Amino acid sequence: MALTIKEVEHVAMLARMNLSEDEKQRFTEQLSSILNYAGVLNTLDTDGVEPLTHILPAFNVFRTDTARNSMPREEILKNAPLAEEGQYKVPKIM
Amino acid sequence: MIIYETVIGLEVHAELKTQSKIFCSCSTAFGAEPNTQTCPVCAGFPGTLPLLNEKVVELAIKTGLALHCEIPPISKFDRKNYFYPDSPKAYQISQFDMPVCKKGYLDIDVNGSKQRIGITRAHIEEDAGKLVHQGDITTTPFSLVDLNRCGIPLLEIVSEPDMRSSAEARAYMEKLRSVLLFAGVSDCKMEEGSLRCDANISVRPAGQKEFGTRIEIKNLNSFRALERAVEYEVKRQIEALEDGEELVQETRTWDEDKQITRSMRSKEEAHDYRYFPEPDLPPISISRERIEEIKARMPEMPEQAQMRLVRDYGLPEYDAAILTLSPETLVFFDDCLSRYPDAKVISNWMMGELSRLLNQSNQDISNCKIKPDDLVQMLRLIEDGTISGKMGKAVFEEMFADGKSPAIIIKEKGLVQISDEGSLLPVIEGIIQANPKVVEDYKNGKDKAVGFFVGQIMKSTRGQANPAMVNKLLKEKLDSL
Repeated sequence: MALTIKEVEHVAMLARMNLSEDEKQRFTEQLSSILNYAGVLNTLDTDGVEPLTHILPAFNVFRTDTARNSMPREEILKNAPLAEEGQYKVPKIM
Repeated sequence: MIIYETVIGLEVHAELKTQSKIFCSCSTAFGAEPNTQTCPVCAGFPGTLPLLNEKVVELAIKTGLALHCEIPPISKFDRKNYFYPDSPKAYQISQFDMPVCKKGYLDIDVNGSKQRIGITRAHIEEDAGKLVHQGDITTTPFSLVDLNRCGIPLLEIVSEPDMRSSAEARAYMEKLRSVLLFAGVSDCKMEEGSLRCDANISVRPAGQKEFGTRIEIKNLNSFRALERAVEYEVKRQIEALEDGEELVQETRTWDEDKQITRSMRSKEEAHDYRYFPEPDLPPISISRERIEEIKARMPEMPEQAQMRLVRDYGLPEYDAAILTLSPETLVFFDDCLSRYPDAKVISNWMMGELSRLLNQSNQDISNCKIKPDDLVQMLRLIEDGTISGKMGKAVFEEMFADGKSPAIIIKEKGLVQISDEGSLLPVIEGIIQANPKVVEDYKNGKDKAVGFFVGQIMKSTRGQANPAMVNKLLKEKLDSL
């Protein structure tokens, strides 16, 4: 399975990555080879096999609906590169 | 001239009524200081894991049952990937191909004609945070982010493109709101954002099978905004087509101030969310027994209540529909009815005066000062002739304004109806004597003359004369002249 440069450009755009021409070329090859490696799965006969919804055989892992104290605001905002008025400060979008 | 048909589908986000968030124990209470209801899970810290709130699943199933949906035995979560500062994980946990509810319907009533609107699906997801632009939006380089809303549980309810007018869209939205309220799954406070609506709108020449180009409108935060936005958008799309323009699939936002829709982003950059299964959450398995158990505990739904009002109390369907728009309204009505036997009289006062005063003052029936017992007391005072229906309206306004009981208001204002002949006759005679010309008109068969006399009599008794008595005595007096 070979990816096109166009597909790589699209994925890079979605991931907000600026790639050089050289990188686009290199990643197209690398990503294609990764897909080829996983492509081996396509050769398996899966007739009659239920689609897997989750890798663990677990269902319904729940917690009860009880509200508890949140983290103090100054603690949680310590991780923000910029904060102001008790809020995260980020570059404006749009 | 081409006749166009409008096609509308709605995506409604309802905030589910829980104490805590969907994947962590932070509170969902509205109106807290920014970022005081967050933790490493909802703020998207690396290494944290979501743990599903059981109540969210229960409320979703309840909604599904209320909307006549299938509840599949297995349902799972997926990641919807996008970059935006209101979503700290850079993905939203949602449901893609295995939603908790699918294939339901909602019956609506538009100007007396019943229609069934299909529900495609309803899925569980987490809400995003809130962005506040700092200072002037055009010049500031920064936004502030409040993550309190991040992780509040939502149910997104997606309709089929079954609606054909703004009136139908509004009726659907109103009916959906009342169903959610009766089911007790959401507060549905549009002004607080706990019920939000996006509309997909397209137009096509009548008779054409294929849909036209679909435009999505966001930011519809009231029934009125929904109605206006649909009307504006339909007009805009038809005008564009008439001018030979080609419409592009895009997302637009409703500008409440200007009452127009504005383009937000075109399709090229949006809607490529690269969904994939959420590895941190095991699937949900819902057994038949669980569904039956929830079904058995379902409260009365608006439609059942409507049937009850029509069948048991003989109310017109119109009244029944209005009285079942919210559970509070119905409780108020039922409460009155348990103390006073005439359903139609109660309904008239609720749909007339009460509803008018509530709208005028922008109040809700649940926090209004008039209680069912007050209304019933007043109805009894009208019934036994202490006050007239007209005086009742004045008394009702007072009751509404300050919550006093009708008996006290009547006493304070000296508003007792005059029903004895001895007091009324002199007044009637005086007015007849003072207006010989009108008496002449009456004799010449002018009906208006009676109205004039009644008006004068009411005026001179400050509205306290018993109208039935006045009519009777006046007629007798005039005919004997």
